[in-house]
Amino acid sequence: MTYPATYRYTKEHEWIQVDGSTGNVGITDYAQDSLGDIVFVDLPKVGDTVEAGKTFGSVESVKAVSDLFSPVSGTVAAVNEELKDKPETINTDANTTWLLKIALADAKQVDALLTAAEYEKFISEETGH
Amino acid sequence: MLLEAIPLSELQAPLRKTALNAVHRAAKSKMVDFGGWDMPVDCCGLVAEHMAVRTGVGVFDVSHMGDIQFRGPGSLAAVQKLCMNDASKLAVGQAHYSAMLYPNGTFVDDVVVHKLSENDYLIVINAGTREKDVQWVRQVIGGMPRVHMSDYSDHYTQLAIQGPRAAETLRKLTSTDLSTIKNYWFTWGQVCGLHNVMIARTGYTGEDGFEIYIPSDEATSARVWGEVLAAGAEFGILACGLGARNTLRLEAGMALYGHEISDAINVFEAGLGRYAKLDKGDFVGRDALMEIQAAGGPKRKLVGLEMVERGIGRDGYPVFSLDGKRLGKITSGSPAPFLKKNIAMAYVPVEFGALDTEVAVEIRGQRVKARVVALPFYKRTRKST
Repeated sequence: MTYPATYRYTKEHEWIQVDGSTGNVGITDYAQDSLGDIVFVDLPKVGDTVEAGKTFGSVESVKAVSDLFSPVSGTVAAVNEELKDKPETINTDANTTWLLKIALADAKQVDALLTAAEYEKFISEETGH
Repeated sequence: MLLEAIPLSELQAPLRKTALNAVHRAAKSKMVDFGGWDMPVDCCGLVAEHMAVRTGVGVFDVSHMGDIQFRGPGSLAAVQKLCMNDASKLAVGQAHYSAMLYPNGTFVDDVVVHKLSENDYLIVINAGTREKDVQWVRQVIGGMPRVHMSDYSDHYTQLAIQGPRAAETLRKLTSTDLSTIKNYWFTWGQVCGLHNVMIARTGYTGEDGFEIYIPSDEATSARVWGEVLAAGAEFGILACGLGARNTLRLEAGMALYGHEISDAINVFEAGLGRYAKLDKGDFVGRDALMEIQAAGGPKRKLVGLEMVERGIGRDGYPVFSLDGKRLGKITSGSPAPFLKKNIAMAYVPVEFGALDTEVAVEIRGQRVKARVVALPFYKRTRKST
């Protein structure tokens, strides 16, 4: 499994790829593998606000529902509408499949997130992977 | 998102293991605690496993299930008292679906009863209720004459080979003519060089298939598992876990103990009255069932639901009428990989049970429309060969 070095990560298995004042958010390769076949994604609408550490939607596999937690606070600038009909794209490539684009309220929040190395260490400690 | 940690290391309270546990772990199956057993939930991907069973063949390790045998001239009387279906109608080599009930007509467990010979019956029971069932059986038949009960649960590795190509797969491993075994009948034969293996045309998937009962030592179990996978390779066989086992039986409208049936649900509510032979004579729970009938039948019933609006109704989600009255809750609900719909079973008051009745499932605070559909959701069309 891979974790792009330019992304930042949360302990809830989301990633954020920052580009200036916006960031694309997705879930990690580890998350999609644990979930199994993803069949449903529930995302907010453009214009909604999101708050760091709070839920903004959910992703469902056949077996389970998992809440999605926002890595940062901000406003939803774009939503990946393709996931409505093709949620399984996340399984195919979790690292390039974005769920939301967020206009960051405070870019400094990203610094508090895990680096790729810290995230990998976190997973191996949590589960023995 | 929060994910359940599924640690690969031993848990503090050791889980029970089937003889194939090391094989499942070596194959990197995702493991789960099912009723105290360390079982594979996902071997190759739930959807792939489900589709393999519907279109080709899949193999399941169901050794965690229990096996209780009754022997002696009093064994039929014992089975008749314990179980609601009429075992006197079974021929040698025949099995049927049945259930053990409490005196109030609710379920101890659902079972499959096999008539091995005139004085010899085998009942196969659920893994999650094994200890409870054995205690119950001892309690009910303890004083009955000329019957001996044996718990053979740990003696067998039980494999379920299921799917339209299951017969072709098993045919390669046995000299027994499988075409002579009708649905819900069984025989004994040589399988993978083992003698006197029980081969039953039973299963929990809604497909044609067989369950074989082999000795439970690890070496034999691993060898046979490997030979089944090799035999089924040309048909796309996959090792299947409990995840697919659940979605398959849900599509087929089959009950799962603790969900559609339990000690709080009676036979008529569950829609299983056709398996309760009230005319056969007395059995535990019969009086209660007759009272329920006399009082006009059950007040709630199990229905099938299909989500109409976007959303997945899952186990435990509440169900409301469209004008907001709480009707009940979903007993089992999930996306259906073959039917490509989101389906569920739920208990609702009988007046809301008519086909096409629209209801609302509450999914994380939102009411999402579903409608009542006929059970089973899926019925296979091919005939057994």
